[in-house]
Amino acid sequence: MPLPTDTDTTSPTYLRDKYAIVGVGETAYMRGSGRTTRALATWAVRNAIEDAGLKPADIDGMLSYQSGDSVFSPFVAGDLGIRLDFYMDVFGGGSSTEALCGMAMGLIEAGMCRVVVIFRAMNGYSQVRIGGTGVRAAAPISGDMLHSRTYGWQSAGQMFSPTFMRHMYDYGTRPEQVAAVKATHSEHASNNPKALLKNRVTVEDVLASRIICKPLHLLDCCLETDNANAIVLTRAERARDCRHPPVLIRGVVGRCNKPRMDMHYQHGPISTVAGRFAREILWRNSGVGPQDVDITGSYDAFTFTTMLQLEDYGFCKKGEGGDYVSDGTIRLGGRRPNNTSGGHLCEGYTHGINMVIENVRQLRHDVDDSCPPGPDGRRLHTYDYREGGCRQVRNAEVTANLGWAMPGTGSAMVMRRG
Amino acid sequence: MDIRANHLGMPLDISELDRENLTYFQYCAAHAFHLQACDACALIRYPPSTACPWCASPDARWVPVEGRGTVHSYTEVHHAIQPAFRAHTPYLILLVDLDAQKGQPTADEALRVVGNLATADGLLAPPEMIRNVGIGTRVRMVFTDVTSGLALPQWTIDEAAPRSAPPWRYPQE
Repeated sequence: MPLPTDTDTTSPTYLRDKYAIVGVGETAYMRGSGRTTRALATWAVRNAIEDAGLKPADIDGMLSYQSGDSVFSPFVAGDLGIRLDFYMDVFGGGSSTEALCGMAMGLIEAGMCRVVVIFRAMNGYSQVRIGGTGVRAAAPISGDMLHSRTYGWQSAGQMFSPTFMRHMYDYGTRPEQVAAVKATHSEHASNNPKALLKNRVTVEDVLASRIICKPLHLLDCCLETDNANAIVLTRAERARDCRHPPVLIRGVVGRCNKPRMDMHYQHGPISTVAGRFAREILWRNSGVGPQDVDITGSYDAFTFTTMLQLEDYGFCKKGEGGDYVSDGTIRLGGRRPNNTSGGHLCEGYTHGINMVIENVRQLRHDVDDSCPPGPDGRRLHTYDYREGGCRQVRNAEVTANLGWAMPGTGSAMVMRRG
Repeated sequence: MDIRANHLGMPLDISELDRENLTYFQYCAAHAFHLQACDACALIRYPPSTACPWCASPDARWVPVEGRGTVHSYTEVHHAIQPAFRAHTPYLILLVDLDAQKGQPTADEALRVVGNLATADGLLAPPEMIRNVGIGTRVRMVFTDVTSGLALPQWTIDEAAPRSAPPWRYPQE
């Protein structure tokens, strides 16, 4: 949709559209990469720099996030011959990408560097498993975890489920409504040649899959994946010289929290998530609202996380998230498609960065589906969304990525076509 | 001194530096549930911590708290990721609103104490007991003894509670 002309002036409006994502890159999504996270990261960063039409020597800042399961920036930079003026490797999973984009803007704004690469590399299937089995489940229990892991309350699914269950209790949300998120994302993934799971599944398939921990069936959960992803961020004026149409960052909010982030369940309502607080910053900084957004990237660690965030960022009324995700709105061809790549449920799990990459490609009007390339090398999109076909959203102008760390913490970013 | 113990085959390790948790679990070992009450604002807090989450005062004293409440939410785990729990599936993880201080300091707050559904003896509950428990179930605290100076608070059905509406459970059994 076109942007509104009158925008709020109480926030740092001078930052709106001042920074851009100019390059995106990734490895394949795999189960059993057979490579180190250092090798995966090196490939993804190299691909992103090339996508931007830049050279390694143009990069002078690097940020990454991890949970003790990945390579650090200096090794990746060294392997690509990059001399850094700044780097930082932070602890974090979901919600880190959008937060680091905001930090990269601040770094450049502060004059500390000029072109920043952000990456995430993980062997989430073949090394440190994202589901928590193996090394993580065997570690001794101490500190705050005495009040959680001791009770068999450890994995992301186990930790978040009391929130999901309470939403069903508070608002009457039904399993089949939420299962529609997986069915929808599987349709999107069937048009994404790089998705790990490309087969379409139905709501019935989700409900018939085995229970992991209530209310989550196996198909309500994302895919443990080996992969690396990277993005290149710089000033908008620099972006004009890059290979692709620039994708401008309109506004960000990073790692915004509910009260009692140490144990957010102490502060209710527990069926409300951090998006309730983050939205106040996101929409104010962006100068747009939910009604202006063409595509969402609402984090789908689980079907429920997509629904809860869309609701609390204001894409529907509180309590109506179940209707919103099951009435066709979030499908390709619907009013506001979500996770057009198939997201974490189908493309692969990356802690959120692949959803930002997908929206960058959408805003370039050049997603990597199966449509044939035209004379200029860009795909000739058909917009028919049949299985194995197009997944480009027509006239995409504004996207919103809604990152999730846990019910009490989230980040978000609005981007627009430059 | 550190407490090192084993619960269902899982290593537990409470450092002697972790004074709040040591004290908390020592009270539990005596089967006497205690939490910190702030000297400045009098509010009780959970889990144990160094300062008051409402007024930031570092001064608190340990007070006895009645281990009785209502299930606020739960999950029922069928696929355990920790080897220790594989022999015990399905098991319940309960978030229980204590009656003490419920609705304070704001209407949406409560002392929400985590635990498994257990038998009156503190053993993980069998499937037939699990099927009777959901949001709204009245529960009382019991303890699972682990080692000297360490017992875990757990929850069991409060059979003495007046019968009310059946609890809310996830629709698919």
